[in-house]
Amino acid sequence: MTMTDALAIEVERLRLRYGTTDVLHDVSFQVRRGEVLALLGPNGAGKTSTIEILEGFRMRSAGRVEVLGVDPARGTEQWRARMGIVLQSWRDHPKWRVRELLAFQGSLYAPYSTAQVRRPWDIDDLLAAVGLTAQAQQPVKVLSGGQRRRLDVAIGLVGRPELVFLDEPTTGLDPKARRDFHELVRRIRDEFETTVLITTHDLDEAEKLADRIVILAAGRIVADGTSEQLTRQIAGHDEVRWVQGGEHLVRHVPDSTAFARELFAREGAEIHELELRRASLEDAYLSIVRTTESSDGDAADIEAQTNGAVR
Amino acid sequence: MTTIAPALRAGVGRGVIELRQAFTGMELVGQLLWPVATLVAVYFLRDVDIGGTGATLGTMILPGALGMFVALGMLLVVQQLAADREDGTLLRAKATPNGIRAYLVGKLVQISATILAYLAIVLIPGAFLVEGLEIADPNSWITFTWVLVLGLVATQAIGVLLGSVIATPRGAGYLSIPILGLIAISGIFAPITGLPEWLQWIAQVFPIYWLGLGMRAAFLPDDAVVVEIGESWRQFETAAVLGAWAIVGLVLAPMVLRRMTRRESGSRVAERREQAMRRVG
Repeated sequence: MTMTDALAIEVERLRLRYGTTDVLHDVSFQVRRGEVLALLGPNGAGKTSTIEILEGFRMRSAGRVEVLGVDPARGTEQWRARMGIVLQSWRDHPKWRVRELLAFQGSLYAPYSTAQVRRPWDIDDLLAAVGLTAQAQQPVKVLSGGQRRRLDVAIGLVGRPELVFLDEPTTGLDPKARRDFHELVRRIRDEFETTVLITTHDLDEAEKLADRIVILAAGRIVADGTSEQLTRQIAGHDEVRWVQGGEHLVRHVPDSTAFARELFAREGAEIHELELRRASLEDAYLSIVRTTESSDGDAADIEAQTNGAVR
Repeated sequence: MTTIAPALRAGVGRGVIELRQAFTGMELVGQLLWPVATLVAVYFLRDVDIGGTGATLGTMILPGALGMFVALGMLLVVQQLAADREDGTLLRAKATPNGIRAYLVGKLVQISATILAYLAIVLIPGAFLVEGLEIADPNSWITFTWVLVLGLVATQAIGVLLGSVIATPRGAGYLSIPILGLIAISGIFAPITGLPEWLQWIAQVFPIYWLGLGMRAAFLPDDAVVVEIGESWRQFETAAVLGAWAIVGLVLAPMVLRRMTRRESGSRVAERREQAMRRVG
């Protein structure tokens, strides 16, 4: 197996330009097979553009892109059969019944069934897996938001894809539907070794699901690493709170454990209600994005800095 | 390739499902409206003589209307393509292997079947309403069949072509205005020879006139030919013009459709939805 076989997605110096505006500048990242990668970033950072280029729905201006070993701009139907796409808001086929639509979509994957991967997924099993068995005979248009979302995921999975794109999949889901969805993503990763590229605004979700996180801001990659690596990167953001002489005190320090040790050594029994909070992914994300935005578009130095720290 | 047959089969299945949807519930009312309105017109005109032919206006209109309904398949394709593009159905097809192929087969199956239903709704009761239709003659049905097949292919291929160019359901709505004009000058509801010659020439460029003529040739008695251009059924010309449109459509439609679907993406569908919401709100 060569290096390329171990990669599901390879993006190198990807550029996208509309007229005179650059939407993506030299974006490079990789996704290994079986990995769950979260693409984070503020609105307008270029997440959707990036994912649409990978899906083969949008042409790039420059750079090299390979998805499952194929340039998406030249993707065949055979290539298409190996991936699933869940967009932000599907509202297609409103008159179709749930099971009918899923069975139709599945039938198009049947010719691509192999000895290793039986395609499509059994329709009734899949309906059960996404919890839509009771809705199987209902028209798609009467489904609730959460049910519709689960149907979209089911359609994305019906062909037993090697790679799934999930574009903000839990927007508008209630907490229980969200947790069910997370379980489903973990299941497809663990049972079928499916590679997942997910975009989200929900940092908690990214932390829970993703093996690795890439942050895109203003069309550039500003961070790439595991949740722990990104958090460690913004050392100095641990929060220490305590009460001393009836006064509530707060300090932000690089190493909260060392600070606490010293504090006790100095003040001893004077310290009450000590609370340590390690910097969270959210702190890291906000700090990284803030630095990018304050640099007024000239993100080159931050990029060098953050990449140096993480890679 | 082994994937084409399953895609065609899936497409036919898709067409059957869409057909069921098109003929259930409130949809059925819309489907019946125009064929029934045509029957009403035929009924009231069943006794109006056309000078010198012995046939009545009702008898002449009925086969012409069959041709018109075949031509309306084009409008159905355009409208449905626009709607499917707006709600993302077409993008879904694009995201699925061979999805566009199956989508297109399904569309043509469903619309052809819908048109056959229209023809049956008009022709079966109509045959009892008017006199002088040659429906017992096997030759009538041979002519009917080839005109129908050529007409379905030509008009739906052009429908795909126009539907790929016209971006919105609104645009598709505007298209029905010139089509109504074309129906008015194509000799469907009155003999074309009563019109100024330059209008006759315009009408003869488009398939609607030839579909009407072909259907009249199939079902009207021979002496009704005197109100046609050149007092001839012009079957060779009918086949040539419909055939030419069919070829142009079949060659260009897949190219234009491919160009259109290549540009579809999630953000484009979302963009159009926002525009539509703004118009409504």
